[in-house]
Amino acid sequence: MTLEFHERDDYLSWGRVERRPQVVARPASRRDLAPFAHGERRPRLAVGLLRSYGDSCLATGAALLDLTRLDHFIAFDEASGLLTAEAGVSLGEIMRAFVPRGWFPPVTPGTRFVTLGGAIANDVHGKNHEAAGTIGRHVASLTLLRSDAGEVTCSPTENAELFAATVGGLGLTGIITTVTVRLRRIQSAFVDAEKLAYGTLDEFFALNAASEGAFEHLVAWFDCTAGSRNLGRGIFSRANWSPFGALEPHRERGLLRVPVEFPSFAINRLSLRAINVAYRGLELRGLGSHRLHYGPFFHPLDSIQGWSRVYGRAGMYQYQCVLPPESAADATRALLDAISRSGEGSFLAVLKAFGALPSPGLLSFPRPGITLAVDFANHGPRTLALFERLDAIVREAGGRLYPAKDGRISREMFAAGYPELARFARSVDPACTSDFWERVRP
Amino acid sequence: MTNPRRVLILGALSAIATATARLLAAEGARFVLVARDAEALETLAADLRARGATSAATVAADLAVASPEALLPALLEPLGGAIDAAYLAYGVLGDLGLAERDLTVAAQVIDTNYRSAALWCLAVAAVLERQRAGSLVVIGSVAGDRGRKSNYLYGSTKAGLGVLVQGLAHRLAKVGARAVLVKPGFVDTPMTEHVAGRRGPLWATPEQVAPALVKAASGGGTVVYTPWFWRPIMAIIRAVPGPIFHRTNL
Ligand SMILES: Cc1cc2nc3c(=O)[nH]c(=O)nc-3n(C[C@H](O)[C@H](O)[C@H](O)COP(=O)(O)OP(=O)(O)OC[C@H]3O[C@@H](n4cnc5c(N)ncnc54)[C@H](O)[C@@H]3O)c2cc1C
Ligand SMILES: NC(=O)c1ccc[n+]([C@@H]2O[C@H](COP(=O)([O-])OP(=O)(O)OC[C@H]3O[C@@H](n4cnc5c(N)ncnc54)[C@H](OP(=O)(O)O)[C@@H]3O)[C@@H](O)[C@H]2O)c1
Repeated sequence: MTLEFHERDDYLSWGRVERRPQVVARPASRRDLAPFAHGERRPRLAVGLLRSYGDSCLATGAALLDLTRLDHFIAFDEASGLLTAEAGVSLGEIMRAFVPRGWFPPVTPGTRFVTLGGAIANDVHGKNHEAAGTIGRHVASLTLLRSDAGEVTCSPTENAELFAATVGGLGLTGIITTVTVRLRRIQSAFVDAEKLAYGTLDEFFALNAASEGAFEHLVAWFDCTAGSRNLGRGIFSRANWSPFGALEPHRERGLLRVPVEFPSFAINRLSLRAINVAYRGLELRGLGSHRLHYGPFFHPLDSIQGWSRVYGRAGMYQYQCVLPPESAADATRALLDAISRSGEGSFLAVLKAFGALPSPGLLSFPRPGITLAVDFANHGPRTLALFERLDAIVREAGGRLYPAKDGRISREMFAAGYPELARFARSVDPACTSDFWERVRP
Repeated sequence: MTNPRRVLILGALSAIATATARLLAAEGARFVLVARDAEALETLAADLRARGATSAATVAADLAVASPEALLPALLEPLGGAIDAAYLAYGVLGDLGLAERDLTVAAQVIDTNYRSAALWCLAVAAVLERQRAGSLVVIGSVAGDRGRKSNYLYGSTKAGLGVLVQGLAHRLAKVGARAVLVKPGFVDTPMTEHVAGRRGPLWATPEQVAPALVKAASGGGTVVYTPWFWRPIMAIIRAVPGPIFHRTNL
């Protein structure tokens, strides 16, 4: 079958800020991708479920290859937990198929609606970063389709440089077609979780230090509308997989769905405040110890499909940075201060420590330190000006931003955060590009 | 678990059939998968095995051309000669504009969706009747509920198939076997790849309609709409008087 391309105006990234129509094809089999190997130079970008917030999963004017129909499992080895699958399989589908058999993806981001290919191309992290590192550490091998070399197998030992470029490589090193990833054993589908309210940033750091080692999953939510004295106040959550409970997967049916974009006045200071209070209420409800299903624990927002539509037509940004340990405390304080003063920032504000396990990708975002992620309604220049102020703090602190979340970073800011950028660029497939890459490429 | 279900899928590479097969695989089903593309069939078979299928055999055939009488016995062999559920999922939407101008194109739509599909249904029904058990689940369409200028040819093939399945359900009822027509609404599959607005509220994914197809094989009514809300929608559309309907652009 030859690939059909259609111009589509409903291929938006998660933040819904960029509105340029995309020219999209959805291959139904790996064979359909053959024309993109060997010398065919048509600019292209492989994408998954478009859960990246900014423009790293868009390629205006190029061919956007939506790989979500390449969603077949190829083989599974019950003894080792090694799963080989096509890159368009979602982590949610892996959970549905393998949780009943006692296996779970080694790392899951805050949503299960991501593909294996997308997860690897951003070298995603989860709440278990201290214990497990990024997902790339659990990839045994992958196959890549290159315009200049055809199909190439990469692993930490075979074509190692290309492997290092592809993990966290933002789809720029070629089309990932298949992946072999090591699943993790679980005894039940539940986690034993504990939620603790904390009052200050210092308390957060203390709680985190006390929990490392004893808990596999660590994360904190904080109220970024809280001012000076309450700066950083929030709820700390820590958990371990439970040995008790059934191996029952999540359900996709009965999820709520935001069907249309809200009018843009829906998110303003008042509603933001209200949502924050409500979310805090929801979280506080859960204070103390609980046995929770992995769904609500890892992917609380997945129960409301398309939630980013509440930000209306203007869309939203997420600002996520990581700060090295030595400057983390001061820089986090400075960032929170700048955000709370601005009156922007919204209910999704997350603080998490990254552990020492090295990320395998040249452009992997996680590095030891503290990561901070905050959602912002797009208020145009006002929001962008705030980001400039935040950038200055992050840069000064020796930190960097997460491309999966970014839709506006400058070339200089990107280069400053990623010392291996020049080395990475040597592995870029000459036919691959993205709107993000056009903006930041050296 | 009881004995694994023995499942025949005609048109197994359809997105809706694939999603259905995956649910059955998780319960350990045994499959015979039929479609045109041998390589893609092997990919699907491996997927189903990894999901827990007890076995998955593949047969590459053009179902519009193959003779059901000649081929069916061979299809049943990997299942030990018997079936618990047979799905008929293949079909083409066809280009109506082209079909109106070129009757060989129209004939192809009719041959695929009605003529051959009806023959496969008759052949499978004979097996079920002999077994005195099992279900035939046929994918129809809401497009068969009322002729519209935008897809009446396709709609008519599905309507005809619907009446055939209704009659088979009647015929099989007395021996305890079943025939069910499942009518999906708009589903985001390769068949509808060219349609704009596929992320709209009326659209479903194959994964969302698959549970209804699994359920259809084990009980319930003989006509199933999926998602369910298409039943009232189509009741209204059927009730709209002709003169008013003719002014719409559906
Ligand atoms: C609610 C929410 C919570 C999130 N939480 C986290 C979190 O906790 N941790 C975290 O790390 N991230 C998080 N993310 C970000 C998300 O995990 C990443 O953006 C992920 O990459 C999205 O996967 P996707 O399949 O949607 O890929 P897309 O967004 O479609 O694409 C992402 C990148 O991968 C590339 N790509 C996709 N498929 C392929 C392929 N087959 N071959 C080559 N390149 C490919 C694309 O070109 C693009 O550069 C979150 C996102 C959301 C919406
Ligand atoms: N999608 C919708 O909105 C919708 C709505 C109502 C009903 N339906 C019905 O649902 C069924 C499944 O369709 P789908 O939506 O899942 O679309 P699909 O993925 O395009 O499936 C259609 C399948 O039919 C196969 N096919 C066509 N002619 C064939 C032949 N002569 N021999 C063997 N296989 C043949 C195609 O195989 P090839 O790849 O070899 O062509 C394809 O796999 C169809 O009967 C369709 O009419 C669909």
